[in-house]
Amino acid sequence: MPVDGFMYPNEIELQWSVLIVVYPFVTGLVAGAFILASLERIFHVTAVKPTYRLALLTALSFLLVAPLPLQLHLGRPERSLEMYLTPHTSSAMAMFGFVYLWYLMAVILLEIWLEFRQEIVLLSQSCTGAKRLLYRVLTLGSSNISEGALRVDDKVGWVITLIGIPSAFLLHGYVGFIFGSVKANPWWSSPLMPVVFIFSAMVSGIAVVLLLYMATARMRHQSIDMRCVDTIAQYLLYTFIIDFGLEMLDLIHRIYEADESFRSLDFMMHTKLFFSQVVLQIALGTLVPILTLGAIQMFHVPEKLRKIAYAVCGCLTIIGIFAMRWNVVIGGQLFSKSFLGYTTYKVDLISREGELIAAGLLVLPFMILAVLVKILPPWPKSEAASAD
Amino acid sequence: MITRRKLIVLLPAAALAWKYVLAGTPETAPNYNRSEHWWGMLLDIDKCIGCGNCVRACSTENNVPDGYFRTWVERYHVAGWEQETPQVDSPSGGIKGFPPSRFEGGKNFFVPKMCNHCVDSPCTQVCPVGATLHTPDGVVLVDETYCLGCRYCIQACPYGCRFLHPTKHTAEKCSLCYHRITKGLTTACCENCPTGARQLADLKNPDDPIHEFLRTHSVQVLKPHLATGAKAYYHDLDGSVR
Repeated sequence: MPVDGFMYPNEIELQWSVLIVVYPFVTGLVAGAFILASLERIFHVTAVKPTYRLALLTALSFLLVAPLPLQLHLGRPERSLEMYLTPHTSSAMAMFGFVYLWYLMAVILLEIWLEFRQEIVLLSQSCTGAKRLLYRVLTLGSSNISEGALRVDDKVGWVITLIGIPSAFLLHGYVGFIFGSVKANPWWSSPLMPVVFIFSAMVSGIAVVLLLYMATARMRHQSIDMRCVDTIAQYLLYTFIIDFGLEMLDLIHRIYEADESFRSLDFMMHTKLFFSQVVLQIALGTLVPILTLGAIQMFHVPEKLRKIAYAVCGCLTIIGIFAMRWNVVIGGQLFSKSFLGYTTYKVDLISREGELIAAGLLVLPFMILAVLVKILPPWPKSEAASAD
Repeated sequence: MITRRKLIVLLPAAALAWKYVLAGTPETAPNYNRSEHWWGMLLDIDKCIGCGNCVRACSTENNVPDGYFRTWVERYHVAGWEQETPQVDSPSGGIKGFPPSRFEGGKNFFVPKMCNHCVDSPCTQVCPVGATLHTPDGVVLVDETYCLGCRYCIQACPYGCRFLHPTKHTAEKCSLCYHRITKGLTTACCENCPTGARQLADLKNPDDPIHEFLRTHSVQVLKPHLATGAKAYYHDLDGSVR
């Protein structure tokens, strides 16, 4: 393995692979999608209502995949349950299981069930065969869809969303804390890390729901609600500016402070991480979307062009955020803790932690979403009626 | 008198207790009392000749897999005033000693490295299941029957002392030859060091020569700014050492 300079002999092999890049990326999409959903529910941004249910299902699809990269990465995956049974209370990582379960069970599943309960009950009555059985199971024995019951659903759903917002922050802030609290690694060790992770999560989650909404509308031959996508794009821009501001603050702080690790980090930015950090993350994945979305806010841009711009910006944003995760996880392992040398990460195509598995884990949430959308159609009721 | 009812309660409890005893009983000498010791290590830079005996001894004693190191030796060359950019090498961790240096002049010295058995060890803090643990006598150990292989501890160690065992798939590191020191022996590396550059130190033993040494010599730990409570004490450690 090519090494420049000196590395401690045990450091030459990278410990956290591309799967650990996938993990915060996927978790970020969960948190971001949920926060977008909460815009409508809690903050009454009615323009984004067409994406509310889709955002919830997207969050669930990615959440179901989130633990898989961790599980695949473990040296002894058969012992993973120990993290739940005998968690070490001083370990940030030990909290993963509890934060994850809380978010899955108490927030996402409950909110989705309450949101779709009326349809589930109606479908359990109108469908036949296996479908009927499936929907009957999904009603969980609660088939009361009177006006009063639905009002209660709505109120409880509102409370859950309210709890869900700090939970989403907790879920992804916690992922940032995993890295930010490693004092041995100056590339990671920063109190800003959880905050940067939260905002980058919001950026990626908003972008993925924007793309999914536009793609599904096209696939269903429905017109795109421009008021909705314009509003989402606006929120994407605002969140992006905060996220970029925080990341630049972190970078400027490191450059100005120039501590003992600076020489190493500076070297990496100019060499090993130049493409993934400067080109992909900062230029293409951040500046281009911010400038494009900003220009749309300032100038009158025709609808057709806006749609294309949103699609391109969404894709670039997703690539940029993936690059950011890559730069954090892989970048943090490319230099020696002696600050005297550098190693190289070469990812295999086919191995337990290889590119194919990583790609599969990135595609899997979309396949789960396709199934969920079939079971619980998230499209607006008026649209469903017109389709009938 | 033990009734059937009591027996039903007692038997599973006894089985659990026995399992605990079997799992938790350390391999110790009959008279070894863990609360009476507090282990550390003295490493004398002036005495290390870079022979690699310690690395070989450790590798043999502990079955360390090829290419991984519980201990290793680094060779430093500091040409002049540039303390921050020393020339360092450690070919195969120094297991076969060192080839002649390509540098002339300047400061040249060897630095043996190993787990620092920190009091506030970051590796122990981050382990999600507590498989990395502090023993009551001040040694940081890994329970390989419990480790998940998540590698968070490897990331958290500032000294690069840990690795993932390639076949066991669990974290591994210097155990301070716990199986030896609890029997009254010294570590394999100390025993095989021809110059006495490594000395096992019992900080709770008032008769241990370490106390006199620490009182009268210039001693430093690695990366003191990280406040890990390292117990690997280096005599005459140069400021260029990382």
